[in-house]
Amino acid sequence: MASTIIWTIAVITVLGLVLALVLYLVAQKFKVEEDPRIDEVEKVMPGANCGGCGFAGCRAFAEAAVKAPNLDNNYCPVGGNDTMAKVAAILGYEVKAKAPMVAVVRCNGTCEARPKVNEYDGYASCYVKSLLYTGDTGCAFGCLGCGDCVNACQFGALSMDPATGLPVVDQEKCTACGACVKACPKHIIELRPQGPRGMRVFVSCINKDKGPVAKKACANACIGCGICAKTCTHEAITVEGNIAYIDPAKCKLCRECEAMCPTGAIHGVNFPKPLDKDAIKERIKARQQKARETAEGNAPAVANKKADAPLGASPSEKVVKVKEDKKDE
Amino acid sequence: MSKHTFAIGGVHPHDNKISRECALEQLPLAPTVYISVAQHIGAPSVPCVAVGDKVKVGQVIAQPGGFVGAFIHSSVSGTVKSIAPRADLAGRASTHIEIAVEGDEWAEGIDTSDTLVTTIPEDPKAIIEKIRLGGVVGLGGATFPTHVKLSPPPGSKCERVIINGCECEPYLTSDFRTLLEKGEQVVVGAALLKKAMGDVPCTIAIEENKPEAIAHIREVIAKLGYEGIDVMVMKMMYPQGGEKQLIDAVMHRQVGSGALPISVGAVVQNVATALAVYDAVQKGKPIVDNSVTVTGECFPKQANLVVRVGTPLQYIIDYLGGVPESAAKIISGGPMMGRAVANLQAATVKGTGALLFLTEKQTRRAPETGCIRCGKCADACPMGLEPFLLNKLSKAADWDACEANAAQDCIECGCCLYSCPAHIPLLDNIRVGKGSVLSAIRARAAAAKAAAEAAKAAEAAKN
Repeated sequence: MASTIIWTIAVITVLGLVLALVLYLVAQKFKVEEDPRIDEVEKVMPGANCGGCGFAGCRAFAEAAVKAPNLDNNYCPVGGNDTMAKVAAILGYEVKAKAPMVAVVRCNGTCEARPKVNEYDGYASCYVKSLLYTGDTGCAFGCLGCGDCVNACQFGALSMDPATGLPVVDQEKCTACGACVKACPKHIIELRPQGPRGMRVFVSCINKDKGPVAKKACANACIGCGICAKTCTHEAITVEGNIAYIDPAKCKLCRECEAMCPTGAIHGVNFPKPLDKDAIKERIKARQQKARETAEGNAPAVANKKADAPLGASPSEKVVKVKEDKKDE
Repeated sequence: MSKHTFAIGGVHPHDNKISRECALEQLPLAPTVYISVAQHIGAPSVPCVAVGDKVKVGQVIAQPGGFVGAFIHSSVSGTVKSIAPRADLAGRASTHIEIAVEGDEWAEGIDTSDTLVTTIPEDPKAIIEKIRLGGVVGLGGATFPTHVKLSPPPGSKCERVIINGCECEPYLTSDFRTLLEKGEQVVVGAALLKKAMGDVPCTIAIEENKPEAIAHIREVIAKLGYEGIDVMVMKMMYPQGGEKQLIDAVMHRQVGSGALPISVGAVVQNVATALAVYDAVQKGKPIVDNSVTVTGECFPKQANLVVRVGTPLQYIIDYLGGVPESAAKIISGGPMMGRAVANLQAATVKGTGALLFLTEKQTRRAPETGCIRCGKCADACPMGLEPFLLNKLSKAADWDACEANAAQDCIECGCCLYSCPAHIPLLDNIRVGKGSVLSAIRARAAAAKAAAEAAKAAEAAKN
């Protein structure tokens, strides 16, 4: 009896040792040589595997970043500049700081502004709904309200507001990974720079219908009237296909367009003070008056130009305005 | 009597043909019609009239926008009021030609009498040209231009023309009434299609739930004395009217994934298309009207109406007494494949086959529960797909796996959804996968084409 136990222990121990040796030799022989920096880079990544960088996950990003000659095409939107600085330090590259971005919902067709014209009782998915028809309101461009973007967000930054029927972005949680941008079948969500202290101005509508049609479908729609573009003294606004677009790179956050917009389609967020429409309108009026007066006093050629575009579209006036801004700063 | 059906899948919904006794009835002219220039598969047509022009019934108002395209004719006589985008029944805007109706004057060269013309022209090309000029498209629902279908690519040969009189969708009866009341014209149309394809045999397939139509068409064939046209009685099974299913049922041949019916020597045309072919070739009358079944248990006045193309849906419904209070949903087409109407101001198109009124109870979806792996959906799928798997893959957005499992072959017949005991919205999800796979395939084809062209240009630059 005792000898059986001793034999068993002996055989198992010898077998274990032999197999361990074999495993060790095989592991040595077929070892995959990997750049150790990949592991280091992966460690500093956020680890969300969201795919916002365009790669399958953080590991794939790390592999690509190590292989690439520079970091120009590889950027982790979730980790942002801090993470990229760490990655650059590991790899010995330089990285340009990018302005932090945030997802912006470009539809403000609330339940009151955009009444329902029919009832959708199908499967609750924006994509499925968009394949079937244009939606349950008169607007063929607006939010479908089934929350595909909310489901796509891994960071819990999006939620549907039951009062408006529209998604709301939590700026603190949004990492600008772009998952919601891809999930929205109507292409409503856009990644825009967060702006200084989160302040930004954008057109919250993408309805490309002609003004009267858009207005009929939704009281808050951009009707493509172009007042904002004429008001803007920074050439930041373009109106194309009946829809205005504010270039975040050029916008100086003066909020004049927001005050002038007849339908309220332009939104300014995170400003410390509420919008004082009357004061801004007064300011614009005074500026135009001044421009007209200077034009009358100036050479006739310039005066004619200004008379054609009284709302401040002449290049010389823009230069003046930009200079004024700089003085203010 | 031997009965035929397709080999795999299919379901047996109750046929509910409650409007089968309603004779075809001409709908009075609407005061204004709105004729879409994009009412067929392929390039939208290009309007060739201007605002203010006077048009007659049957006059060309839009030219085909490409090879796969169709002529569009005015369905009324009157004045062109506008050419502008207008929402269709799904709310999507496309260019419509608005015509205010004044009288009912037909264009020259159209024979509006009832005399049956049975002489078949000798030249197949002349027949196909007349079909093209008549703006004939497949009226079974797909609205594919008929002359393109009748011009097979070189190397393929048609062996049989199948006239699809299955009308397997529940509720629909317009094809049945057409067979019964315009059987002679349909048979002459079949003979024309047969001639156009080089005198191949022709089968008129009718499901067994229409015995009157079967007897009538047999009688007509015997009376008119055409050789090589026979009637095949089909077992009741949905979706027998699907092109690939019908070819399987009639010829026992399977059309491969992504292949055309002509690859197995078949050309399938709907009964209504055969009638339109007769009108276009023998009478010189283009498609200006089509028959529409208006039905539903909650709809008091069932009807099979002959409606001019471009008539607003609201006008049709008002003519029959308005929307009943108990109706919760209006479907354009049958209950299985039809789409809910989001906009009653939309106008009919050549392919509009039915307006179906359903009550809240009929349209209610049961709450979704978990998949119990019973395999009913896979049994029901007439394309031999695995809906439960495609459902999961679509939800996971794994388009490569969707393509590997042939999501693109889905014909959206709804058998899986109909048979699922867990009420999982299978078709809704598969449609997402199918759409993504098809756009990926198109993108690949476009990329390959661009690469080939770039290579060609580089070659040319070298030389």
